[in-house]
Amino acid sequence: MFSRAYRAAITLPPLLWVALFLLTPYLLMFCFSFWSVSPSQEIVHQWNFNNYRELAAKGVYPETLFRSMWIAARVTVFSLLLGYPLAYYLSFRAGARKELFYQLVIIPLWVSYLVRAYAWKTILGSDGVLNTLLQYVHLTRHPLDFLLYSPFAVVLTLTHIYTPFAFLPIYAALEHIPRNLVEASHDLGASPFQTFWRVIFPLSIPGVLAGATFAFVLSLGDFLAPLLLGGPSGIMISNIVVSLFGAAYNWPLGAAISLCMLLLVIALLFLTERLEKKWSFS
Amino acid sequence: MTTTTQSVIGAKSAQAAGGSLLDIRNIAKSFGSNPVLRDISLDVAEGEFLTILGESGSGKTTLLRVIAGFEQADSGELWMSGERLDRLPPYRRRVNTVFQNYALFPHLSVEENVGYGLRVAKSPAAELASRVQQALAMVKMSAFSKSKPSKISGGQQQRVALARALVNRPRLLLLDEPLSALDANLRRQMQIELKSLQREVGISFLFVTHDQEEAMVMSDRIALLRNGELEQVASPREIYSRPATAYTAQFIGHTNLLRADVKDRTARCHSLTWPVSLPDGPALFSLRPENIRLAPDQSNQVSFRGAIRNQAFHGATELLQIECADGLVLSVRIPASARLQGNLSFQFSASDAVPVRESPEKS
Repeated sequence: MFSRAYRAAITLPPLLWVALFLLTPYLLMFCFSFWSVSPSQEIVHQWNFNNYRELAAKGVYPETLFRSMWIAARVTVFSLLLGYPLAYYLSFRAGARKELFYQLVIIPLWVSYLVRAYAWKTILGSDGVLNTLLQYVHLTRHPLDFLLYSPFAVVLTLTHIYTPFAFLPIYAALEHIPRNLVEASHDLGASPFQTFWRVIFPLSIPGVLAGATFAFVLSLGDFLAPLLLGGPSGIMISNIVVSLFGAAYNWPLGAAISLCMLLLVIALLFLTERLEKKWSFS
Repeated sequence: MTTTTQSVIGAKSAQAAGGSLLDIRNIAKSFGSNPVLRDISLDVAEGEFLTILGESGSGKTTLLRVIAGFEQADSGELWMSGERLDRLPPYRRRVNTVFQNYALFPHLSVEENVGYGLRVAKSPAAELASRVQQALAMVKMSAFSKSKPSKISGGQQQRVALARALVNRPRLLLLDEPLSALDANLRRQMQIELKSLQREVGISFLFVTHDQEEAMVMSDRIALLRNGELEQVASPREIYSRPATAYTAQFIGHTNLLRADVKDRTARCHSLTWPVSLPDGPALFSLRPENIRLAPDQSNQVSFRGAIRNQAFHGATELLQIECADGLVLSVRIPASARLQGNLSFQFSASDAVPVRESPEKS
């Protein structure tokens, strides 16, 4: 057994870290959401529900939240549609090239988010690569302006950025499937297609759920892609929070929105964890 | 039980070895530069229980995987009742496998596992349900039909794996060391059950094991595989009493290898001599320890005297290490008996010293 002092010495730093950098900010956020700002831009430490009433009353907040969820949902679907076949190919078909492909998927994660978002700007802009190309081959006469500064641009960029996050848990789940189950399925007369739907896919569901959660939660809270590429119609809820904490100097309202999102995400994580448990058999 | 079993499988009554079912012709397979199977030719008869016996690394599992279709042979052919088998994908071969670790689908219940093959073959629901229930009854697992595989024991999983394979009425059942994960008592019980099940359903079993005792108990014939080559194929009795090579004699049971010189129809090994019908020259003989008896000196037997070096009690028998005056050490198995001491007399029949071929070391 270790001495009490030793145990305290090794557990104290992480506990302090959690208290200082996680619990305190959450607690502050919670408190702020029940306070308000005076006309002279001072925080008034009086407890009330005014911020939450305003959120419900002004249509722009729920509207933006729903638009953000709709964008996040589309990003999730596209990330899964791209990430799953990629993960399947790597796990079951790539053979010796597995390691190379894996690195190719991972490497973009090491490139700054900002660079990747800006890259889309140069591709989608009215003088961008895509429009220039379309005009050059005479598919369009004028630059297509819905490409940039639109929800389309946001969904595209976020899908590009978060597909690896959907890919990784799916890949891990597929790698965990014992290969003799696939052989057993073939042995019992199931074609590769039947084997996929009856054995491989059901056993990869926990990975799909984890990947979907990553893609959804990360893109729901994103503010850089809508800021750089979203335009007025592509504003997401985090952009509102950023401006409330910044230019508008209404920390209490911003905290109230953040708390709502936090609860939404916690509920989502709780739900997917229950579902993942239901679908894991190891 | 017999009637149930036969209606499940729909096979005629069990026959001893009938016509040839599977014809393995000159199968060879290498992994990289490492040859795993070298020119294997073997027939599996209709209704036969054939065991492929070998040490780990002998290629026995690879041979099974080639037959199931999970591996492609480099050369050679597989024929099943006149049809070329080795060009079909695994899911088109009328062969089913019981995997070493059972490979039950963890997300499906016991009955869904057993019904898997019929479901992917799109059998009518009523037929599927009744055949699954009969197959589960056959392996005495009806009570667990709704359980998930993780909730049942290893022995029960083994039965489910067997039912899952047999319910499809394969022509040939492949079994890849299916009993190796079970404890000794359960394993012995399953050996007997498996053998009687095979007799009832009349399906050919190709059974892979490294356990020579298991092979002896269950098989109609044993194919002994060594470094990717067949060493000997014979019935358990024949392979035990008439081993063709020194390797076979040593791998199957326990034996004394006597390196002798033959001259004028007489073999001589140290001070032992016995009559043989072999040409002159060096020869190798296998003499089973139980064929040496404790005896007073007698006529028409080969006799020798020796002292006990070591004595191991095995219950019904004991195994002695006997050292003769000239330094020759022989293993002798005798019925368990009272204390033995001093110089003792032993004898064996000349016909029990079986001439065997040398088994040179192979790479």
